[in-house]
Amino acid sequence: MERDFPIWQVLNEEGTVVQPEYRERITKELTMVMYRHLIRTRTFDRKCVSLQRQGRIGTYVPYEGQEACQVGSALALNDEDWMFPTYRDHGAMMTFGRSLVNTLLYWKGRTEGCVPPEGKKIVPPSVPIATQLPHAAGAACAEKWKGTKNAVIVYFGDGATSEGDFHEGLNFASVFNAPVVFFNQNNQYAISVPITRQMRSKTIAQKALAYDIPGVRIDGNDVFAVYFQTAEALERARHGGGPTLIEAVTWRYGAHTTSDDPSRYRDQEESKKRRETTDPIKRVVRLMQREGWWNEQWANQVQEEVNAEIEQAVAEMERYPKANASDMFDYVFAEPTWTIAEQKEAYLHWKRVMEG
Amino acid sequence: MSVKVSTKSLTLVQAVNDALRIMLKERDDVVLLGEDVGRNGGVFRATDGLLQEFGEERVIDTPLSEAGFTGAAIGMALNGFRPVVEIQFLGFIYPAYEQIMTHAARMRSRTRGHFTVPLVIRAPYGAGVRAPEIHSDSTEALFTHMPGVKVVCPSSPYDAKGLLIAAIEDPDPVLFLEPMRNYRAFREDVPEGKYTVDIGKGKKLREGEDVTVIAWGAMVPVAMKAAEAAAKKGIDADVIDLRTLYPLDKDMIAESVQKTGRTVIVQEAHATGGLANDILAVINDTSFFYQKAPAERVTGFDVPVPFFAHEDDYLPTPARVLHAIEKVMNDS
Repeated sequence: MERDFPIWQVLNEEGTVVQPEYRERITKELTMVMYRHLIRTRTFDRKCVSLQRQGRIGTYVPYEGQEACQVGSALALNDEDWMFPTYRDHGAMMTFGRSLVNTLLYWKGRTEGCVPPEGKKIVPPSVPIATQLPHAAGAACAEKWKGTKNAVIVYFGDGATSEGDFHEGLNFASVFNAPVVFFNQNNQYAISVPITRQMRSKTIAQKALAYDIPGVRIDGNDVFAVYFQTAEALERARHGGGPTLIEAVTWRYGAHTTSDDPSRYRDQEESKKRRETTDPIKRVVRLMQREGWWNEQWANQVQEEVNAEIEQAVAEMERYPKANASDMFDYVFAEPTWTIAEQKEAYLHWKRVMEG
Repeated sequence: MSVKVSTKSLTLVQAVNDALRIMLKERDDVVLLGEDVGRNGGVFRATDGLLQEFGEERVIDTPLSEAGFTGAAIGMALNGFRPVVEIQFLGFIYPAYEQIMTHAARMRSRTRGHFTVPLVIRAPYGAGVRAPEIHSDSTEALFTHMPGVKVVCPSSPYDAKGLLIAAIEDPDPVLFLEPMRNYRAFREDVPEGKYTVDIGKGKKLREGEDVTVIAWGAMVPVAMKAAEAAAKKGIDADVIDLRTLYPLDKDMIAESVQKTGRTVIVQEAHATGGLANDILAVINDTSFFYQKAPAERVTGFDVPVPFFAHEDDYLPTPARVLHAIEKVMNDS
């Protein structure tokens, strides 16, 4: 199966383009855009880990190491497409247009963080594993039946493939030939459980065979491989070609969440080694240096602009008015039921009395 | 002559670990299954060290599949094992709901006792620790409503250990709810060896004549704080920790309510369809004419457990419980 589903690369670890037919499409401009998003997502992620350590946001889910998966796939989308992320995909969400402030508010325990920007079909991150796959299949069917050319991308991890919802989602999409891309980030660990204990299958891409849909296995740390394969799968979907399963092989450098200590279940030396060898940003830098596109001053400027944008978002998050108790009652139904109306009134009255 | 029982000071989560270790040691048919329970020792460390001590065949890291491993555990239970399954958070149990509702709960009645499912499902539950969304559910009533499953919910280290051992020895499926807010909140001297706490029996935490306060799990410390505050105002509360949510300790509830005539029930979960309503039914059936005032319920609201920015508004607090105590005292 590993031979049938080899890991496809465009840009290897040394920053060399290994697919000559894609050579022309890797322009300086595209590379600069990729680089900026990679730096932006990584800087934001590190900032969030530090905010959590300082108690300024709640438990946080880091994605460092997986930026190429998220940036490359999100950049392949059209503005009108749908995104169904997990809790680890805020890198993809912010690349597709979710504001940094909303991302921060989500991690501060605020529902404001689940509201997408006007016109963007970004569904709130799914917390229970694999539950979003059937939603994506259904949203894709709806686009097809409405006669649009819009497609859907849905993200999930390696552990998610063990859930029934993974299989049910793929099967449903396959039966109805739905325009959806199932984007798997195989970071090789479901919290502490390595992929070898999660499945006996040698690849995730091969699971596409069971549903008779295309299965593609790519280097998830190669932003160009991710970008081109996702774009091709989306194009296929838009033109009646149905769903695709993409397995992007990657690695999370850090913990599952800020509540977890990865050194309990794996040797973190591996992460250190991968930072030097397979890192998604390093290979883009190597490509740019190789091509003579690298400019230290420009790179510093990108970093400074990104830092300023993030600092501004953090300041805005911290200036945000305190959560309003009415909010939790007001959005349960279009019209509140009598139980909710009574509970709200009684609680707010009591709170006012208590607070004098 | 008194026998000195040697004890150790444990948190609730350590007491769970201790119970599991004792039962793994005592019975070859006990196996643990769940996500991250082995190498990682569980996300809350409830199974810490057990893989190392008992090996991979008894402490099993499963694929990420709540329906799958709960269903597999039902099969193991049918075939002579006593599996103890860990659901990482109660909010993730729903894929397994079908397995519990349609199979574990009814196997005995479907087969006139020929097949049984001696299965324990452990799940941390509840809000109050600033967890991400879906990690804070307290949907115990979905399971107390399920005929064929016992539901246990200790609030202290001593009861956690004794009830978990009793649950593992019980011939029927038991959902064992662990209040994550109490996991490390305090320590208690717990006997070193094996002991059990009876399923179906509550515990009186405080004797009082004026008002009955009934709570379970994470709401027990909240109820106790309110009772202490009430005592300062001259109101003497009888506080019951239910410990088992199905079947309820009808006798303890009735005895207390008949003494005080006034009741406050503290429930973390949403109001509608909650366990507090079943407790009211017990009071209605056993003690209606002893009551001096309508019983009060202090509960979460009929809203999805909110994101943690709203957690303090959602959860019953000692102040809200005290307010209810004063209300039932003033009603006549």
